[in-house]
Amino acid sequence: MNGELLQTFWPLGIFIIMLCVIGLYCLLATYNLIRALLGLELIIKAVTLLIIAVGHISRHTALAQAMVITFIVIEVVVMTVAIGIVLGIRSHNDSLDVRKIRMLKG
Amino acid sequence: MVNTIDTIILVCMILGALWVVMTRSLLRAAIALAFTSAALSILMFRLSSPLAAVFELSVCTGLVSVLFISAIGLTHPSTREEKAEHKVERLQRFKYLPFIVVAVGIALSFVAVKLSLRLPPPEIESDVPTVLWNLRPMEIVGQVIILLSGVFGVVILFKETGAK
Repeated sequence: MNGELLQTFWPLGIFIIMLCVIGLYCLLATYNLIRALLGLELIIKAVTLLIIAVGHISRHTALAQAMVITFIVIEVVVMTVAIGIVLGIRSHNDSLDVRKIRMLKG
Repeated sequence: MVNTIDTIILVCMILGALWVVMTRSLLRAAIALAFTSAALSILMFRLSSPLAAVFELSVCTGLVSVLFISAIGLTHPSTREEKAEHKVERLQRFKYLPFIVVAVGIALSFVAVKLSLRLPPPEIESDVPTVLWNLRPMEIVGQVIILLSGVFGVVILFKETGAK
């Protein structure tokens, strides 16, 4: 990516980094398991936007779209299994608060 | 590359993401995630990636939101005392987030990034089906394996225990 192209990409890059910061803050600050998954989703959205933006700039949109489609499939599977695990944890502990999960401690 | 409409969509995305994190209700957070995802799909369409935009709109905005809303529906709502207790605690934890995001945005807008990376020759690939089926067929196999492992994972998670 040369300097000129990076100049055109950078405004988009700022928003991608901001989205990542929001997702990371959510992951770090929340105690609720479902909200942690929502934070993870936000980071995934930022990465998806990054792939599409870079594909658009480098004029490899077909390759970028193919990668994003694979990425979306992985995202859905990860979220489905993670929600299943969260519901399992909730049925064992009767709470979604990570501070009240004691199964793996001690 | 980024014009006014793109900027408006990007700002909507950031506001939606902030809404996901800041709102107290999990249901509203899931709806805000759907809104963020819809904004992302519009942006993908504008960045000349229509097929990925359709996938994002149907799968991420539709399916993942339904998954989250179903999961939230299966959990019991908080009591009034818990809500009052969490309200103050949440405000303490998340009150800095909008300022941090704005500060990061302003700081990055002053950063002059200088990288000199070589671009690959453009448009070796013709279209998405050609890439997926002809150039990268193993990706399809990988997707099938991932989907099957997800299905088996969910089956194992919700499997009833045997006869007692």
